[in-house]
Parts: sequence; C-alpha cells; structure tokens
Amino acid sequence: MKLTPELIIFAMLAGPAALAAVGVVAFGSAIRSALCLVFNFFLLAFLYFTLSMDMPGISQIVVYSGAIMVLFVFVIMLLNPKLIEERKDLKRPFGIAFGVVLFGILASQVLPVLGFEGAKPVVHQIGSPNVIGDALFSSYVFPFEVISILLLVGVVGSVFLAKRRTD
Amino acid sequence: MAYIGLSLFMFSTGVVGVVIRRNPIVIFMCIELMLNAVNLAFLSFARYRYATEGHSLNQAIGGPMMVIFVMAVAAAEVAVGLGIIMAIYRLKEEVDVDELNLLGG
Repeated sequence: MKLTPELIIFAMLAGPAALAAVGVVAFGSAIRSALCLVFNFFLLAFLYFTLSMDMPGISQIVVYSGAIMVLFVFVIMLLNPKLIEERKDLKRPFGIAFGVVLFGILASQVLPVLGFEGAKPVVHQIGSPNVIGDALFSSYVFPFEVISILLLVGVVGSVFLAKRRTD
Repeated sequence: MAYIGLSLFMFSTGVVGVVIRRNPIVIFMCIELMLNAVNLAFLSFARYRYATEGHSLNQAIGGPMMVIFVMAVAAAEVAVGLGIIMAIYRLKEEVDVDELNLLGG
C-alpha cells in the first residue's frame, strides 16, 4: 500500500478516533467517557470531510457534538451519578471476548467482498448541501415528514417523562 | 477501505461497552458510538462505491440521506432515553442496570 497524503491524514484522524472510542468504554467515570465521545465525534466529522461529505460532517458537529453531547453532559451534571464500582466478575472478560469475536466475524465477512481496487473517479458530488437538500425535498420527502412526526413525539415524550409528578 | 476497518472497530467497541458497563448513561453513549460507526460505513460506501461512474445520482444519494435520518432518530432517541434514565434515577438513588428488574414483576 502506497503512502499517500490522504492515507496519512486518515491515519492522523482515525488513530485518535479509535483511541477515544476505547476511552469511552474504558474510563470509570461518566464525564470522562462523555469527553472522549465528544472528541471521537469531532474526529469523525473531520473524517466525513475527508470523504468530501460536507453536509453530513457539518450536521455531525452540530447535532452530535453540539446538541446530543450537551444533553449527555447536562444529565450527568444534574444526576451527579456516584461511581458505580465495576465489579470484577465474569462479565468483563466475557464481553471483551465477545467483542473480539464479533469484530473477527464482521471483518471476515465484509472485508473480502470489498476488493481493494483503486479508487474510481467520483462523478457525483453527493456530499454538498444543495444536492442533499434537493433529494430531501423531492424523492425523500415522505421519510422527511415521518422524521418530523417522530421528533414531535420525542419532544412530547421526553417532556412527559421528565415532568415531576406533583400529585 | 480503511474507513470500513475503523467503522468495524468502533462498532465492536460500542458492543463491548454495552455488554460490560453498568452505568446506564455510559451504555447510552456506547449506543451512540455504534450509530456513528454505522454512519461512517454508510458514507464511505456511498463515496467509494456509489458515487463513481456506472451508478446514478439517485443510488449515490441514499447513503448521505440515511445518515441524516439516523442522526434525526438518534436525537429523538437520546431525548427520550435520557428522560427515562432521569425518571429511574428519581425512583432509585443508585442505578446499576444489572440490578434493575422493575419490569420483571
């Protein structure tokens, strides 16, 4: 495999992203996991930019790193969860072994059919906001409306759940 | 396709986190990690397989569209899920998902 500038940039982004993903699982306290996850999401957004997917990258930063992680950190701050001591039991080596086996199975099924042929020239600029918006309001207008109903139901449900019962 | 390799690694890490952690908030974060791994796989397939010649724009746009929808569903899911976690925390002081058996009766 030739060492191209794209590969170097990918390695610089993907290595820390993988480390941060491990950190989410490995750190004991919830706030450290949350910070690792923010880091991971930012690096993923830049990985989307290297795929020339501008619009998904921007919405990754806004939606995930912005909205969702603020929600997570806010809930951690509100609840101030005590450290749940991770008991040393059979679950941990079992889970790790399960993850390794899952990775092996997925990789053995997915990677051979990919083929490692060189990158073909790109003809569609599918990452730009105007192309995505055009598709969103033409051929994908029905899922778009369904998503709007889903978000409305989510808002109502979370307000109902977070409401303090007074009676 | 190193992107797919990273995606697989992140997905497996998320699965391990869901299995071994006990804090429900951290388990939620691991679910987000898995969703993001799938998003990365969608985008890299769309870029390297379907944005090339021989495929129509309509085929190619499916990947980014799916990513947008996954993000919207994840936002709704996080709002409702954190609401449920907060309700459970209000009910019990300490929450360990292995000890929760309210639905068991």
